[in-house]
Amino acid sequence: MTVIDVRSILVVGGRRFVSAPVSAKFGMVVIAAYVLAALLAPHLTPYGEAEIVGTQFEPWSSKFWLGTDNLGRDMLTRLAFGARNTIGIALLTTCLAFSIGAFAGLAAATFAGWLDQILARLVDVLMSIPQLIFALLLLSIFGTSVSALVVVIALLDSTRVFRLSRAVAINVAVLDYVEAARLRGEGATWIMTREILPNIAPTLVAEFGLRFCFVFLLISALSFLGLGIQPPTADWGSMVRDSATLISYGDITPLLPAGAIALLAVAVNLVVDWLLHSASGLHDA
Amino acid sequence: MAPIAKIIGQRVALGMLTLWIVSVIIFAGVQFLPGDIATEMLGQSATAETIAAFRKSLGLDLPVHLRYAYWLADVLRGDLGTALSNGRDIGELIRPRLFNTLFLALTAAIMAVPSALLGGLLSALYRNTFFDRLINVFTLSSISLPEFFIAYILIMVLSAKAGIFPSLADVDSTAGLAGRLNAVALPALTLTLAVLAHMTRMTRTSIINLLANQYIETARLKGLPEWRVLVRHALPNAWAPIVTVVVLNLAYLITGVVIVEVVFVYPGLGQLIVDSVQKRDIPVVQACSLIFAATYVLLNLTADVLSIVTNPRLMHPK
Repeated sequence: MTVIDVRSILVVGGRRFVSAPVSAKFGMVVIAAYVLAALLAPHLTPYGEAEIVGTQFEPWSSKFWLGTDNLGRDMLTRLAFGARNTIGIALLTTCLAFSIGAFAGLAAATFAGWLDQILARLVDVLMSIPQLIFALLLLSIFGTSVSALVVVIALLDSTRVFRLSRAVAINVAVLDYVEAARLRGEGATWIMTREILPNIAPTLVAEFGLRFCFVFLLISALSFLGLGIQPPTADWGSMVRDSATLISYGDITPLLPAGAIALLAVAVNLVVDWLLHSASGLHDA
Repeated sequence: MAPIAKIIGQRVALGMLTLWIVSVIIFAGVQFLPGDIATEMLGQSATAETIAAFRKSLGLDLPVHLRYAYWLADVLRGDLGTALSNGRDIGELIRPRLFNTLFLALTAAIMAVPSALLGGLLSALYRNTFFDRLINVFTLSSISLPEFFIAYILIMVLSAKAGIFPSLADVDSTAGLAGRLNAVALPALTLTLAVLAHMTRMTRTSIINLLANQYIETARLKGLPEWRVLVRHALPNAWAPIVTVVVLNLAYLITGVVIVEVVFVYPGLGQLIVDSVQKRDIPVVQACSLIFAATYVLLNLTADVLSIVTNPRLMHPK
């Protein structure tokens, strides 16, 4: 067993952080701030998540830093809890999408033949309907609940993960060491998880960031439409919707949750951009 | 038969097959409902006899494949059924809204396509300069912005502060062209910004790829100025990838239109589908998603066919 040396990981990680370009540093700092806000939400905020503490749409004051929403709940508190709910649900969905998509992709590449053909054609068809429209159709059938949302979006998004992991895994599946493993009689599970998976992992990690971004924006859009995360759970998409009327009076409050969504998406993209860039070995001339 | 006609024929046949499978999926979705449309429509209090009679009148007592055949035949004749929530004919409900949505999407496309081509061309011409970086940063960040964020910023600046355009885009059938254009100005601008980034980046990439070709090098070595190389030598060959990029991004408008219509309360197809999902009016959702999905499939098919027709290399398959 190898002993994981925490100190050397920190040193290497620190060095990589220092050598990263400004945009990636900015992205990482933003992501860290979001994660902290999400983890510490109950300790950072003066009120409860769904607690009604004032009258409707109170302006910014020392009591309510960012005012109150359409039901008189503290905006700042809900923003912090929104980090927890919105990011948490998007992360859960992305993980589910990856488990389904990567497993199916690996299986298709390992077994090839008819299984590969069936899965690939199925994914082609699923991808020929725009994701948002497909999600709307499925949510009208299964109803709008968080569990339906997570499963529907994960299934729809796993098609993209499948395509990528299948494409990468097919190239690995024909290499000599995989052939050697087959010949020594290893089972399919071993070949998939021990021979192929470690070799496609770096690609999947970068893709995870992109998929998270996409899922996060899709869930926020659905919540904004009133079909995603349901009240009283604090969530950025529905917060924009609830406070939208303020915008016509020139109040920027509705832009805050919308901006929170945009900033996180930009930050993740910046970091992924850097990861892909440094993984591909390209360097600025 | 010429090989190119054969390729296009195959591609169109594949597109039609996809369209057919999409219709099967949209029809089959409803079969997952707990209970069926009859129980949904009549509610909890209906007796078993009423439900059975109603099922018979809707044709729900037939086997699945027959129901699908009837449904498809109706759809092909343009009969989309009746809405659950108000009993109106879905075709009538959809027609004016479809027109509104097409008008909005067309306005956005007219604004987006030329500016994306120009932006992509200029940043390819002045690549790795400050101008190129500026466009790069702008497009990279606007790709990750949700449509409603762009929309509310535009409302904030152009409607609430400057008061140039209305923040609500409610149009009725009596409005003239000028009135309509004024109403859709902000939604169209939002959509334009949403698709502009992808289109610009893809145009830039395809032109830069093209500029790496040897005949471009030859033209440069002949001493031609850069703009002439670009316009006379690169551009004629760049149309194929650019047309594909444009059509693919028009397909992307479909997703954008749903959000934008809800933000601006614009009476289009996107708002109808969202309202119907909330009311769980499944026949209307089915009809709308069929239209959206068919448009998407057909646009992708068009992009494929155009890229086959305009690409000389694809005319001689190995």
